[in-house]
Amino acid sequence: MEEETHTDAKIRAENGTGSSPRGPGRSLRHFACEQNLLSRPDGSASFLQGDTSVLAGVYGPAEVKVSKEIFNKATLEVILRPKIGLPGVAEKSRERLIRNTCEAVVLGTLHPRTSITVVPQVVSDAGSLLACCLNAACMALVDAGVPMRALFCGVACALDSDGTLVLDPTSKQEKEARAVLTFALDSVERKLLMSSTKGLYSDTELQQYLAAAQAASRHVFRFYRESLQRRYSKS
Amino acid sequence: MAEPASVAAESLAGSRARAARTVLGQVVLPGEELLLPEQEDAEGPGGAVERPLSLNARACSRVRVVCGPGLRRCGDRLLVTKCGRLRHKEPGSGSGGGVYWVDSQQKRYVPVKGDHVIGIVTAKSGDIFKVDVGGSEPASLSYLSFEGATKRNRPNVQVGDLIYGQFVVANKDMEPEMVCIDSCGRANGMGVIGQDGLLFKVTLGLIRKLLAPDCEIIQEVGKLYPLEIVFGMNGRIWVKAKTIQQTLILANILEACEHMTSDQRKQIFSRLAES
Repeated sequence: MEEETHTDAKIRAENGTGSSPRGPGRSLRHFACEQNLLSRPDGSASFLQGDTSVLAGVYGPAEVKVSKEIFNKATLEVILRPKIGLPGVAEKSRERLIRNTCEAVVLGTLHPRTSITVVPQVVSDAGSLLACCLNAACMALVDAGVPMRALFCGVACALDSDGTLVLDPTSKQEKEARAVLTFALDSVERKLLMSSTKGLYSDTELQQYLAAAQAASRHVFRFYRESLQRRYSKS
Repeated sequence: MAEPASVAAESLAGSRARAARTVLGQVVLPGEELLLPEQEDAEGPGGAVERPLSLNARACSRVRVVCGPGLRRCGDRLLVTKCGRLRHKEPGSGSGGGVYWVDSQQKRYVPVKGDHVIGIVTAKSGDIFKVDVGGSEPASLSYLSFEGATKRNRPNVQVGDLIYGQFVVANKDMEPEMVCIDSCGRANGMGVIGQDGLLFKVTLGLIRKLLAPDCEIIQEVGKLYPLEIVFGMNGRIWVKAKTIQQTLILANILEACEHMTSDQRKQIFSRLAES
């Protein structure tokens, strides 16, 4: 069953008016999410942020190889598939980041000696890829019914050469930026679960960007809520 | 900078626990906390309310609430762990606050004690059959757990057979075990499922819907063709009708039932009844 929700998630800076959809840099791109689109995995979700699109599938709790089983909790695996080519080192590092985020949130102790596998497939990459993968993974885990203690979302931001913050950057903005930061935040108290940063920035700037990301995550979580309410309203 | 302060206030406001009663029937998300009825007074406007200690032996006013699937006890509140609609069932008789649970849509089955499931025999090792029930581990079924089975009179079970049984041991730490007899030693419909027929998989929510007491779908299907049907709580349905064509039609109807409204279903049934 396909459930599609489109939302225009925009926030504006206090002083910006911005008539164009991407205003003075503090607005998130258009979101869309679709759940339960694949028939084989136990849960699947497709998440779109502007032109970046990731399709994630979740299998679990399923059988695990004896060499990988953990006696008191579930083994969480993430396999990130790039759009073209074989997975390389960059994918491995992103997999680790996504896995650490999921492990903090999934209640693995309820399913010991099982495996939960998350497979995000990159469909198109137009910036903020890691954030989009995190969002798709969260929606897919919810769709699969894996018990979680909170929801999580990914927010990316880029810092361009004159110091202005751009949330949810496109690939062009990421290339020209002096720093690109991706944060994973949880839904209960907007705490930081994971951060992945590249570039040059100062201590105070980090705190500011984290606060901006926390504000943006409100919109992402509101979008999750609307999307899931819509899905359950049809049944 | 004023923004972080206002952000903090809003985020805390968003995570305040709500009373379970007010959220019944609504969609709840993982991470939400729910308050049980007797705590609502304490959480009222003042926050920390002082209560006079009572020195007489009054019965404790706490009610026992059962925490069902999708909910976990977190301190003295309920933490929602799955997304779905919050449901509540009043206790039939006596004390207790009833059961709260989350009605979620899932495809993956997790073994639960007492559930009747359809399994496929995958291996026979010594005195035990390994049965695939769709969970994370195959369940074990002893050859003595059939009606009238003794050491000399072994049941006729081959690899690949379908078994309808119930779980006697199913928890997260142990391998699930199933049997094909009830507590009195009678089969009661359980055992090896006969020849022919078709086994197919549906979501767990659909099975629960079909097994609900007054399910219209089953009554309508029964009027169409004479059939034999077995529902497993693990999402598997086995159906058998007189001809293969009828069996396939029934399987397609049941699979499509999930997405159809009742009007569409009635249309399809009336069209089939005519032909």
